[in-house]
Amino acid sequence: MSTISKRNIPWGVLGPWIALAITCLFFATQSSRFLSGGNLSLVLQQVMVVGVIAIGQSLIILTAGIDLSCGMVMALGGVVMTKFAVDYGMNPYLAILCGLGVTTVAGLLNGLLVTRMKLPPFIVTLGTLNIAFAITQIYSGAQTITDLPPAMTFLGNTFNIGSTEVSLGTVTMLILYALAWFVLRETAPGRHLYAVGNNPEAARLSGISVDRVLLYVYALAGLFYGIAALLSVARTGVGDPNAGTTENLDAITAVVLGGTSLFGGRGIILGSLVGAVIVGVFRNGLTLMGVASVYQTLITGILVILAVAADQMSRKGAR
Amino acid sequence: MKFSTTLILSSLALAIGSAFAADAPIIGLITKTETNPFFVKMKEGAKAEAEKAGAKLMSAAGKIDGDTAGQITALENMTSAGAKTIMITSAGDAIIPTVKKIQAKGVQVIALDSPFDGADALYATDNYKAGVLIGQYAKAAMAGKPAKIAMLDLFPGHPVGAQRHNGFMSGFGLKANDAKSNELSTAPEIVCANDTNGDRAKGQTAMENCLQKDPDINVVYTINEPAAAGAYNALKKAGKEKGVLILSIDGGCQGIKDTEAGIITATSQQYPLKMASMGVAAGVEYAKTGKKATGYVDTGVTLIAKTAIAGVDSKDTKVGMDLCWGKK
Repeated sequence: MSTISKRNIPWGVLGPWIALAITCLFFATQSSRFLSGGNLSLVLQQVMVVGVIAIGQSLIILTAGIDLSCGMVMALGGVVMTKFAVDYGMNPYLAILCGLGVTTVAGLLNGLLVTRMKLPPFIVTLGTLNIAFAITQIYSGAQTITDLPPAMTFLGNTFNIGSTEVSLGTVTMLILYALAWFVLRETAPGRHLYAVGNNPEAARLSGISVDRVLLYVYALAGLFYGIAALLSVARTGVGDPNAGTTENLDAITAVVLGGTSLFGGRGIILGSLVGAVIVGVFRNGLTLMGVASVYQTLITGILVILAVAADQMSRKGAR
Repeated sequence: MKFSTTLILSSLALAIGSAFAADAPIIGLITKTETNPFFVKMKEGAKAEAEKAGAKLMSAAGKIDGDTAGQITALENMTSAGAKTIMITSAGDAIIPTVKKIQAKGVQVIALDSPFDGADALYATDNYKAGVLIGQYAKAAMAGKPAKIAMLDLFPGHPVGAQRHNGFMSGFGLKANDAKSNELSTAPEIVCANDTNGDRAKGQTAMENCLQKDPDINVVYTINEPAAAGAYNALKKAGKEKGVLILSIDGGCQGIKDTEAGIITATSQQYPLKMASMGVAAGVEYAKTGKKATGYVDTGVTLIAKTAIAGVDSKDTKVGMDLCWGKK
């Protein structure tokens, strides 16, 4: 039972946290405004959409798959739930459920294509990325949906911890990460997921239905994209058909920075949260320092390579 | 006997049909994306003008902003399909070699909206002027109060982004690069500059971070109206939406609505429909007379503001709504 956790200990787990700590320390020295509660709470709000998408993406990457359609599926979910509520006057909670339903079905479609048709996840999700994008644009007429009922944006509301405003969406993201972490670490389905990612053939031989695990993983990821859509709607206050264009690569970046291996079977889900936060911290910190945006992109690229290199080195160490 | 008669008759019909079709000039339109309302309006204008002139319009688009590969494919495909004039809103300079290749085959290539080297002609908004107009408005609206400016830009290296940014600075009275430059100028009054990709959510994030850097920002230049809407959201969450000027460019119907609602203070409106219809007219002319279009035609820009300010010529939002592009 603990064999899996033993292999995942040193580098992969601590690396991202150390990187985050160093980054925060650095920016704290560069700007007095960085370490304030308000600023940090803001960064968490800025990363919460990618952060939740990254949960779904992590699960898929842990099975040695990948999902390029996550951003577009999220946009589709956002457009569906807002259009249902605003244009059809549907009860907002029901509309939200419909949005979640659509994104879960999209995830399920990915899963079916990967398991039943045995198509590579990269290719499948490349196709569904385009399909989701097109459907979103056609259905919304490329118009943003505004004047949303307050119930739809309630996750954008904040409450105070001391003098710091914390958004409900941030809390939602943290709770989802805690849940995912618990399930992956302490439950049988979580172990099955790691097993499938590590060695699908061995998993199959030990009685795990690989196809069923994969199907659940892709569908569940779709559900997470729907929740991310709700967070995006809460943050921007509109249903935006042009949302999610870079979220797929942003989510994969977060997962990789968090120490999860693209080859599957290794990685801690909390790492993805740290990965997402690192990117947000850089964006925020560099702005506070007055550094041009283009350097954020440069630094993110360098970090990704460092993270993958660290993963490779720890792989060799484990052997 | 019967079979060969049918064959002869049908080939005659085909020949006659294609002779008629050969008369109609084939004109291509390649936009950056299919669904951005700006390009939808452009396609509308092109279609209407093409129908009027009896030309056949082919259209294609890249998948996302910056998809030069998609545009290159479309350029090649339209050329093989017989297009003699292709209008294109360039997603980037990567298309230039392909443009040269098809120009050598006798195809006229007209740039719409976004300039690139080697186009036969350019029908576009003077994006620098669009920036100057909102810069002048902002300067007048500030009425001598010290300004702390945030620039919410597109992304590095894009000519339209640079022209609007530098034009704004110039109109505001700050020293800036001229319209030919691709580099964004800076000034001490500009306390923060961030990239938004022209995206609403990214505009919000950029504004939030800028406000963290300097909570006293009172002028916000935005590359386009979705970025402006995002910036407004950030200001509203910080309780600062009342005292801050938000300037933008585009003049889309959603943007004009936002101007009427007080979200955007003033915006420069541009006219994609005019660009496309002029392009089609040039295509028809080339097909009929072999005369290529040349040079740059400014398709016009109008400053739209809810409140008029003395010394700055602007039109109100009603005019803006009448002329706007996108769904009303």
